[in-house]
Amino acid sequence: MSSFTKTFSTTMGKKLIMSLTGLFLALFLVVHLIGNLQLFKDDAGKAFNEYSYFMTHFLPIKIISYVLYLSIVLHALYALFITIRNNKARPVGYAQYNGSANSSWSSRNMGILGTILLIFIVIHMKSFWWEYHNGDLPYARYEMSLSNPADVTFTPLPFDGNPLVHSEYVDSQSGKEVVVAKDLYKIVVDAFGRLWYVILYVLSMIAMGFHLYHGFQSGFQTLGFDHNKYFPAIKFLGLWVFSIIIPALFAAMPIYIYLKQFGLI
Amino acid sequence: MILDSKIPEGPLAEKWSKHKFNLKLVNPANKRKYTVIVVGSGLAGASAAASLAELGYNVKVFCFQDSPRRAHSIAAQGGINAAKNYRNDGDSVYRLFYDTIKGGDYRAREANVHRLAEESVNIIDQCVAQGVPFAREYGGLLDNRSFGGSQVSRTFYARGQTGQQLLLGAYSALNRQIHEGKVKMYNRHEMLELVVVDGKAQGIITRDLISGKLETHAGHAVLLATGGYGNVFYLSTNAMGSNTTAIWRAHKKGAFFGNPCYTQIHPTCIPVSGDHQSKLTLMSESLRNDGRVWVPKTQAMAEQIRKGQLKASDVKEDDRDYFLERKYPSFGNLVPRDVASRNAKEAVDDGRGVGGSGKAVYLDFSDAIQRLGQPAIQAKYGNLFDMYYQITDENPYELPMRIYPAVHYTMGGLWVDYNLQTTIPGLYALGECNFSDHGANRLGASALMQGLADGYFVIPYTLGDYLAGIGPKPVDTSHPAFAEAQKAVENRLNTLLSLKGNKTVDEYHRELGNIMWEYCGMARNEAGLTKAKGLIQALKADFWKNAIVVGKNEELNMSLEKAGRVADFIELGELMVDDALHRRESCGGHFREESQTEEGEALRDDDNFAYVAAWEFTGENMPEQLNKEHLVYENVKLTQRSYK
Amino acid sequence: MSGNMNLTLKVWRQANASDKGGFVTYKAENISPDMSFLEMLDVVNEDLLKKGTDPIHFDHDCREGICGMCSLYINGRPHGPKRAITTCQLHMRSFKDGETITIEPWRATAFPVIKDLAVDRSAFDRIQQAGGYVSVNTGGVPDANEIAIPKVIADEAFNSATCIQCGACVAACKNASAMLFVSAKVSQLALLPQGQPERYRRVQSMVAQMDAEGFGGCTNTGACEIECPKEISMTNINRMRRDFFTAKLFKEEEI
Repeated sequence: MSSFTKTFSTTMGKKLIMSLTGLFLALFLVVHLIGNLQLFKDDAGKAFNEYSYFMTHFLPIKIISYVLYLSIVLHALYALFITIRNNKARPVGYAQYNGSANSSWSSRNMGILGTILLIFIVIHMKSFWWEYHNGDLPYARYEMSLSNPADVTFTPLPFDGNPLVHSEYVDSQSGKEVVVAKDLYKIVVDAFGRLWYVILYVLSMIAMGFHLYHGFQSGFQTLGFDHNKYFPAIKFLGLWVFSIIIPALFAAMPIYIYLKQFGLI
Repeated sequence: MILDSKIPEGPLAEKWSKHKFNLKLVNPANKRKYTVIVVGSGLAGASAAASLAELGYNVKVFCFQDSPRRAHSIAAQGGINAAKNYRNDGDSVYRLFYDTIKGGDYRAREANVHRLAEESVNIIDQCVAQGVPFAREYGGLLDNRSFGGSQVSRTFYARGQTGQQLLLGAYSALNRQIHEGKVKMYNRHEMLELVVVDGKAQGIITRDLISGKLETHAGHAVLLATGGYGNVFYLSTNAMGSNTTAIWRAHKKGAFFGNPCYTQIHPTCIPVSGDHQSKLTLMSESLRNDGRVWVPKTQAMAEQIRKGQLKASDVKEDDRDYFLERKYPSFGNLVPRDVASRNAKEAVDDGRGVGGSGKAVYLDFSDAIQRLGQPAIQAKYGNLFDMYYQITDENPYELPMRIYPAVHYTMGGLWVDYNLQTTIPGLYALGECNFSDHGANRLGASALMQGLADGYFVIPYTLGDYLAGIGPKPVDTSHPAFAEAQKAVENRLNTLLSLKGNKTVDEYHRELGNIMWEYCGMARNEAGLTKAKGLIQALKADFWKNAIVVGKNEELNMSLEKAGRVADFIELGELMVDDALHRRESCGGHFREESQTEEGEALRDDDNFAYVAAWEFTGENMPEQLNKEHLVYENVKLTQRSYK
Repeated sequence: MSGNMNLTLKVWRQANASDKGGFVTYKAENISPDMSFLEMLDVVNEDLLKKGTDPIHFDHDCREGICGMCSLYINGRPHGPKRAITTCQLHMRSFKDGETITIEPWRATAFPVIKDLAVDRSAFDRIQQAGGYVSVNTGGVPDANEIAIPKVIADEAFNSATCIQCGACVAACKNASAMLFVSAKVSQLALLPQGQPERYRRVQSMVAQMDAEGFGGCTNTGACEIECPKEISMTNINRMRRDFFTAKLFKEEEI
């Protein structure tokens, strides 16, 4: 066995993979969140659709996205390996177990929380990622006045069996910037218009909050990071940013769109 | 039999170095042809086993616990003495030697004690090199504290758990040799018999405590490092498993037992709270630096306290008897252990004891708390106070502590010569299980020193001499002596297992303890000892008729283990009584009421008793034969101790 | 006596390693609140012995909280409900009259049950045999004061060294991980100058042995440090991780 495989086959090595992939996924959440905040813009999804195109066609980001997919797979797979090993380490459990006396609920239920998140990710990616790449998406045509960027007209171009070409150009005649893009925004709005879908999202985000409450700071510890002065900052960040603010903003999106269709917002 | 102590010739300070030169050596290539058996894995056993394995011998180590690190050396709190003179306060090897001889009330061998003092400095170096985390000062160098019985600061310590840290050091050295394959470790194995072949110790019979299987092990020499026998008193500060079986079996095979009656009773222990009590907990004697010992002046008041009608804090100053301060104005509460213990017993016998059982005196910190403030006391004794609170549920910051003496250490043990060899060639005794270095009373922080000196720095030299003498011819278990010994063990186990009486082994043990404590404890007299002998003999006869032993041999059977140990304790108890009875003097921990000064202090009789009593087993139910090793003092003058 | 308690005990009984085992209910009557938990079991055992039946087997030795031999998983927690003490220092006043107490052995593959509540913790010995020492022979070492060690370092090493090897960390951990124990042992020597020459070899050997013994992995739940009777901190675990990864990534010593 090479030194590399040896290292990663130890219990600590396996956990290192969990930590690195987990922290990378947490970092991705920040980027993902910033992008998705475009959903709150009242521009008929122009910014969102442009962002979607950028994310799927800019080479460095494309490469990173493959790292991301790999991370999800590794994170889930290694979680499974580790769980199997840990279960083997105690085949006969306790008749009475008082875990809450010595550890947080999150820390004891990372597997369940992670499984919920994995199911969520599958549904989430089927709904949007798969549809965006392989589905028969409608297109949207946006014309924006160069002299007045606020003046945007939106024309839906329903799918007619022939995918259009994504294009961005300036029409010199009308003096308008024209964008023709896949209308992922519409897919999102349709999805979030369904109550069960909103509930799924909100529950998943709560699970994510709990998952990250333990996971974020635990990831740092697994790397060996632990310092009297600086570790409290990690814990603070893990609690407020990763387990409260980020999940809350993500959860706000479906709620916002759901309520918006009834004109409640 | 003439006892040859093999003390080397020459001036005291040169004896050991000359002796080391004169000892025969074993050629390095031949060392691997020898097997040495070590029983016990505490400080003495682990350090000896590791050191011998490092030299190249094959070593087999046995302990009854589940890991060698559990040996009761672990429980030593205070520290370990060494004549390093790091404080520049006038310490020297000679001063440590002198303090130890004097502290032992002039009943130890000069040559042994001087060797101990010489090696003390090497022990500290060795332990530091192993990574023992001794307390340090801000400058990064080692810290010292002072201890009873000396006027210099020579005690090295690791917070309140010096014993555990030193043992972990020795255990780590042992682990290294186990890893190297030089030591084979047998956990949860108990030695039940010694095998003597042609007059030489050549093996042991052990019982695997999990499977019950009896095993024979052969070796060129057998080292016993099995600790003290304080559990003969049932209640002591020893671990529950501490027992006398290994040395008692060796004694019955011909090893003489030295000074069995020398017992150290430590004054500051948490008192017994009821009949259920299984063990006593010691609290460091450093508490007497700030605590004041008292009982009520009148029996009536003590009675009220015992009944819970009066609180200690409500007893007026005038109604308190600070008996140590009253009787020993110059030493006050800091008199030596034996004196403090005896006086507490006197107060209790006088009906002025406190606590529910009436068997306790107060150790009061209220003056110190007023003078220094609670935080200062907390910083000094915080963990001891916590421990007290944990056990008694009384807050010692508010109420005075209740304390009472408890059996702590046995100075007696197998008689050994200067080489630590018993009267059976090839059988050695190390650490607390031998009688050698502490005379009639041990000073604080000296037990750890002795265990490690024996193991690291004495036995590696002296054992080589013996092994070189007998030659490396192989030993095995085929000699009929092994089968015979195993048969004897089997028979004994079967007899024990057949006991289906009506009294549990613990009840016998408790009864034995009561007899020993009452008649052979802090104060002893002829009538009491004579009575005790009869009681013990009756107890023994009853045990072998009416004890309850359950289960079978072929399993983990703690009932059987305990029965074997208690049976041996009963026999040892009788010998202790014999020894105490014959020694009609008081010395150190042995106080004969017939031999005291006008002020009621221990009075030695150097003309008639300046010897080691080495008892020889002569047969079952036969009186033991007394042999004497006369103690010769060439360097120190024998004086009467006074603490007035 | 007044104030004494009557309790119901649900105790795990198992004749030997291969027996299936199960709970047996006992009454513990007239128990003084001043008894230690083990003394309460002594009382129950005396009763069983008088009836000629096998007493409940449990490990114990020093009964003053330092040898690490006592164990017992009491009402869902190792060493019972109180913090920073071993079972032998747990007193019955921590329980209520009439209470039912469930007593189980440490549960871990690496700690097989020997009988009843006694388990085999020799895995801990083997981990230390793999490298938990400084390789110095007796004699020939420098003077103890030749190496100055900053007090903070000595104190921190001492904090790690207080581990009594009882196994409560493994028992408490939902993964039966031994990381707190191993890291305390690794830390003590990693902090001290005496331990430096073998520092990176040691951590690799001990971790390898830990894995070979079948302990689970650490998921940072922190249960171990809460239940540790000597309050060993999880900082040790993170220190060991740094040393382990440093050893694997940057050091020549390979095991």
